[in-house]
Amino acid sequence: MSPATRSPRSRAASAGEPTGEHQRLVDFYRRMLLIRRFEERTARAYTQARIGGYCHLNLGEEAAIVGLLTALEPTDYLFTNYREHGYAVDRGIDPNRVMAELYGRTDGVSKGWGGSMHMFDTAHRLLGGYGIVGGQVPVATGAALAIEYRGGREIVMCTMGDGTTNIGAFHESLNLAALWHLPIVYVIINNRLGMGTTVEASSAEPELFRRGAAYRMAAARVDGLDPVAVVAAAEIAVASARDGEPYLLEVVSERLRGHSVVDPAKYRTEAEVADLRAHDPVPALAARLVAQGVLSDEQLEEMDRAALRIVEEAAQFAEASAAPDVSTLFDFTYATPVDNVGTRYPGEPLFPPAPRPEETES
Amino acid sequence: MAIMTYRRALHDTLRDEMLRDERVLLLGEEIGVFEGSYKITAGLLEEFGPRRVRDTPIAEEGFTGAAIGAAMLGLRPVVEIMTINFSLLALDQIVNHAAKIYGMFGGQASVPLVIRTPGGGGQQLGATHSQNVELYYAFVPGLKVVAPSTPADARALLQAAIRDDDPVLFLENLALYNTKGDVPDDLPPAPIGRARVTREGRDLTLIGYSRTAHVAAQVADQLAASEGLDIEVVDLMSLRPLDRATIVASVRKTHAAVVLEDDWLTYGIGAEVAATISDGAFDDLDAPVRRVAMAEVPLPYAKPLETAALPSTDDVIAAIYQTLDAVGRRHLKVGHD
Ligand SMILES: Cc1ncc(C[n+]2csc(CCOP(=O)(O)OP(=O)(O)O)c2C)c(N)n1
Ligand SMILES: [Mg+2]
Repeated sequence: MSPATRSPRSRAASAGEPTGEHQRLVDFYRRMLLIRRFEERTARAYTQARIGGYCHLNLGEEAAIVGLLTALEPTDYLFTNYREHGYAVDRGIDPNRVMAELYGRTDGVSKGWGGSMHMFDTAHRLLGGYGIVGGQVPVATGAALAIEYRGGREIVMCTMGDGTTNIGAFHESLNLAALWHLPIVYVIINNRLGMGTTVEASSAEPELFRRGAAYRMAAARVDGLDPVAVVAAAEIAVASARDGEPYLLEVVSERLRGHSVVDPAKYRTEAEVADLRAHDPVPALAARLVAQGVLSDEQLEEMDRAALRIVEEAAQFAEASAAPDVSTLFDFTYATPVDNVGTRYPGEPLFPPAPRPEETES
Repeated sequence: MAIMTYRRALHDTLRDEMLRDERVLLLGEEIGVFEGSYKITAGLLEEFGPRRVRDTPIAEEGFTGAAIGAAMLGLRPVVEIMTINFSLLALDQIVNHAAKIYGMFGGQASVPLVIRTPGGGGQQLGATHSQNVELYYAFVPGLKVVAPSTPADARALLQAAIRDDDPVLFLENLALYNTKGDVPDDLPPAPIGRARVTREGRDLTLIGYSRTAHVAAQVADQLAASEGLDIEVVDLMSLRPLDRATIVASVRKTHAAVVLEDDWLTYGIGAEVAATISDGAFDDLDAPVRRVAMAEVPLPYAKPLETAALPSTDDVIAAIYQTLDAVGRRHLKVGHD
């Protein structure tokens, strides 16, 4: 495994020459904007039937993602749930390959086998988006065990939704990590909803970070709409994990649209939706940058055009990429060659039909 | 008599059973406010309130186990598990408790529980969301597993399941929810453990359940029209208990069988049916029993791969021809008598 490169993140701002803290904000904005445009392009491709299956978007979680990943070293590991396109792109994986995965093509990060819910890229140490709620949590805990076992300096970040904190695996994993002093940060992206169920309706302790207390695990809650706050909180969490003490970080965020692309989210009131729009982290950061005189409207527009170009190119790349050949259907059942394994297409018998008997009358 | 969708039949039956019996309550993720991922429970929260229509946290093991305990004390919980894939998180409670409590305690307490859950796939849902694992439950003594294919059977078997004193896994299918059929007004509960011959024929027995019962019926009709073939269709309806007598009687008449299933080929439901035919109709069999099932791979997301992994109508027809070939009766064209 080679350490990740993070080209999109280290690119200097092309708009103006802000410095220091301002430069950092501009960089955050660029990355958040890329996630935003990427997800909007994804939604469009889904409605055009270029993408199938379940498709969950990171719209509203841009500041959370950018803040969290800023605190990671390229060699740290990341596990997520199925709502992970933005993580993949912001981790530095080529957006072309993320989009190609969504299209189910061979150039996709998982070669078209995973789709929206299952992005994986060894080089960038994204060890998977997982579709079973809570499924990634024990697995990520085990990755931290491997690091601790080898005396490594890396840490694992494992993200999940608020709803995931009610599944047994969450509690079992936190207990293991605390007992074994594993280098892991559990991140709860609290977008206040499971699918349509609110945190209050599903969690007896709705201040989710407090669940860490049951395992004597350090924990905190942070405003996930402010990337600067998220970085600061995530840096504390990551430092703790690197010192061998697991950490539970709750990032209070928003889900701007339905649970998945096909959910019209009718269970939300108009007031709620208006409130969501008012708190949208992407325009909020843009307004902040303009108000502080860091960026002009023209510069904002130029950045937007750049993001749009990247996602449009990604869609074109995905469209042009080849679909997997049917002959590869049995390529990934086992990592090792094995005798007597069934490689039959659905209509095929276990044994070839016996030769036909001599013509009988009918 | 009313024509309604499979979804509507389930919805109305749940409602009727709740009206009929105060002990019936519903538990599951998103079944109340969200009205169910597939809208089976639409309106029931409003009508019956949160005491009887319980939105649960995402905690399959917990709420399924809780339903088992509530059933031990005489309630009749109906649990909805969003898809059968997620039932795996509750597998321990279902297999180790729901199925065991009656026997392990010498028959002192029964578990009148229903777990409703849809199978499905073929919608690019990927490896963990496209599995049809009803077999895991059909394997376990102490559980009953029913798999109705029509709205009427869905109603009759759901009534039976809810009134049954044993745990019943009630298999639905995503592809069936919008299918329509006649549902008689005064339909009685169906006995669990019976299959049905849904089409009489002499040339071959085509066996399916749930979604594949429809595939079987459709292929039989198609081959009757195009080839004059006279195929008998058996809808298993119940996977445990399995109605072996109906299967064997059919094959004794037709001398050949093809089994359709939505799970992987080996160790599947089809294997059990084939073994049943081998045991019960060996002397009557003129060709090996064929199974048409999924390729044995984790289901891929990419459409061409997924399509290649799932059985198609053409695969079924090819298996039928090969079986008839083996029987030596390939030339059964129109007017074969
Ligand atoms: C074990 C399991 N149960 C149910 C589901 C269906 N499901 C998919 S996402 C989801 C809601 C998860 O909510 P949360 O953890 O808050 O994540 P979010 O979608 O808000 O990011 C549910 C119930 C599942 N995938 N796995
Ligand atoms: Mg959530």
